[in-house]
Amino acid sequence: MTTGIERPSTDLLYSEQEEFLRETVRDVLNKACDWTSVLALTESESAIDRSLWRTLAAEVGGAALALPEDIGGAGASWRETAMVLEELGRSIAPVPYLGSSVIATVYAQEIGAGDLLASLAAGETIAAVAIPAGSPWFRPLPQVVTATGNTLTGTVSTVADAAAADTLLVPVGEDTYLVDPAAAGVRCTQVVSLDETRPLVDIEFSAAPAQRLEGTQSAGAATAAALRAGTALLASEQLGLAEHCLTSTVEYLGVRRQFGRALGSYQALKHRLADLWVQINQARAAARYAADCLAAGSDDLAVAAAVAHSWCSEVAVHAAEEYVQLHGGIGFTWEHPAHLYLKRAKSSTLMFGGPDIHRTHLAGLVHLPLPTLENI
Amino acid sequence: MTDTTTDAAVSAGDPVTEDGLPTYVADFLSKYDPAATPRIDFLRARFDAGLAWVQYPIGCGGLGLDAAAQSIVDAALEAVAAPDNAPHRNVIGLGMAAPTILAHGTPEQQRQWLRPLWTGEEIWCQLFSEPAAGSDLASLGTKAVPDGTDWVVNGQKVWTSLAHEASWALLIARTDPSVPKHRGLTYFVCDMRSPGVDVRALRQLTGEAEFNEVFLDNVRVPDDNRLGEVGAGWRVTQSTLMNERVAIGAGAAPREGGPIGFLADLWRREDTHRTIGSFDKLVQLWVEAETMRLTTERLRQQAVAGTPGPEGSGSKLAYSLLAQRVSSLELDILGDRGLRFDDWSFRRPNLDDERNRPAGYRFLRTKGNSIEGGTSEIMRNIISERILGLPAESRTDTTIPWNELPR
Repeated sequence: MTTGIERPSTDLLYSEQEEFLRETVRDVLNKACDWTSVLALTESESAIDRSLWRTLAAEVGGAALALPEDIGGAGASWRETAMVLEELGRSIAPVPYLGSSVIATVYAQEIGAGDLLASLAAGETIAAVAIPAGSPWFRPLPQVVTATGNTLTGTVSTVADAAAADTLLVPVGEDTYLVDPAAAGVRCTQVVSLDETRPLVDIEFSAAPAQRLEGTQSAGAATAAALRAGTALLASEQLGLAEHCLTSTVEYLGVRRQFGRALGSYQALKHRLADLWVQINQARAAARYAADCLAAGSDDLAVAAAVAHSWCSEVAVHAAEEYVQLHGGIGFTWEHPAHLYLKRAKSSTLMFGGPDIHRTHLAGLVHLPLPTLENI
Repeated sequence: MTDTTTDAAVSAGDPVTEDGLPTYVADFLSKYDPAATPRIDFLRARFDAGLAWVQYPIGCGGLGLDAAAQSIVDAALEAVAAPDNAPHRNVIGLGMAAPTILAHGTPEQQRQWLRPLWTGEEIWCQLFSEPAAGSDLASLGTKAVPDGTDWVVNGQKVWTSLAHEASWALLIARTDPSVPKHRGLTYFVCDMRSPGVDVRALRQLTGEAEFNEVFLDNVRVPDDNRLGEVGAGWRVTQSTLMNERVAIGAGAAPREGGPIGFLADLWRREDTHRTIGSFDKLVQLWVEAETMRLTTERLRQQAVAGTPGPEGSGSKLAYSLLAQRVSSLELDILGDRGLRFDDWSFRRPNLDDERNRPAGYRFLRTKGNSIEGGTSEIMRNIISERILGLPAESRTDTTIPWNELPR
């Protein structure tokens, strides 16, 4: 029985270095990523902001944080990566950080793809793992791609953060193939997504040239590790998003007047925001714990990630819904950023499997058995 | 109090550091063998050595160290099965009176009260709420009128936990009815053994009497028992209340500690009433309890030694609502057995009733969690105004003299 025991103490706070990093990233985003430019980008051909990506990944070193110094990384940890994600969530920045700097990076680490890692650390390459965005880490993936010699055939749909990828990592059975998305025989079709700030593509391989990688880990194990890391760190992005929704709403209710007084002085509205603050406070603890478990390689990571995804997903949606509702009429328009946050919030709950799927998985981890059939 | 000398090692001007603490504790234990020293003597010696709460100043039961260092002391004493001060017996004393006395008391007051409070020789209660002043605590009407070097107190208090066992009470009373309500209050320590103090058990919806009504009829309180300045009682009250919320909100430390543990155990033991609907609720509550646990742990890591901020109100609010939903689901999955209760007799509860009484007891008792120590509505006001900085509701009662307020 692994439940009921006291966990080793973890650091749930932010270190001074982490706060410094936050300031740096926030400065970059304040200058280069106001919401109007995010909106404009969703309506343009390009799905991501390449210049912002270069600043974040290469100049600030955001892509290198958790990677060891001997391959050009910053030798920090996934805690710092989580901190960057908080800020990206706060400004719903359209950069493939989660897909490339977390999922593809963990995947490449697991299979020991050294050259690719160095290039990821330097922010030179954007990589994507070709798996559907809604895949939970604890379920085997359907086999949709087959390999014949050095070519791949098949279609992977709804892949996040792949639209701008320079390299695709494709798990086929227990093997991993490296594919150049610009090669003949690869077609990436951008789909119209609910959240246009995190574009999705369907990838079709028709006898596409591919290079098989000799891995230290099987593709299945690498996929699971990458998705688990993504799940654990997505919570930080959701936390940042929720915080933006709360902060903006508080600001607005402080100045917007109706019936002769500031809206924020009405108890009915204050209490809703107080409840939201409490939930966000819990989200911060859950997200920090998940990031800390990932950084420390804790054996509690699976529980921590499931708890964080379940809680932070729902808090982020709740925050975005309050963001729209408490802004009244303006909150329902295209001219206000609330809709971008709402779309990101709801979409992100479906990333890596929805909260319900994670709770059912969690129940197994902590020994809470399902009802027997005759009780249903 | 005559025997309040501090341990030689402390008074010799040789400050104990966190690094030196293990050796210091070992020296203490070599002088006071827990097996051979009578319990009270051991506890008094521990207080005098500064090992009661190490973050308190020297002379007040501490060593002026970081609060986190207390775990070093606790672990060393637990390892030799040293007697503890049974903190649950004196929750108000330890959680609320002690930090208030430390922050606002004179050195004489600290010397008089802190040691017997910590050893549990003297139990504390708080005479705050009144029948007409609950959430609007600052409107209270219990009067204190000066008479020589004493104050004469008249009024009625309610919801007073432990009043029937307490030697001392934290008391707020009105000393000037002619100024606005927050400014006319003064904070006292009242001897519960004084003539004119009448404690009556107050029966609550669980059938038992955990709380009391306290009637104060010409009770004399010496001016030496005043904490803070005359008229500055509200400020002193704030520090008590913030500590109270932290004490209530500081729920479970280990995973599945607290009410969720009862529920999870029950779920694992029995499958009769496991349904899809209750499964879904159970796991949602488990997740929430775990996020609460981590939030409390975060708050603890943040607090280290400082005074609690309004963040404690968040834990208090969330914990009380969670406990209510957990105990409600516990009844649901018990089926027929949830229909039975054990005892409705009018009696004083035991401290471990939350564990040993039936689920129906927990269902009923947790309804008080969102009222005691400030209602959930007041917690939400505190969060929205003091943390989020939203404007207060417009009101007139803060500027009009108390005796001109409509009531």
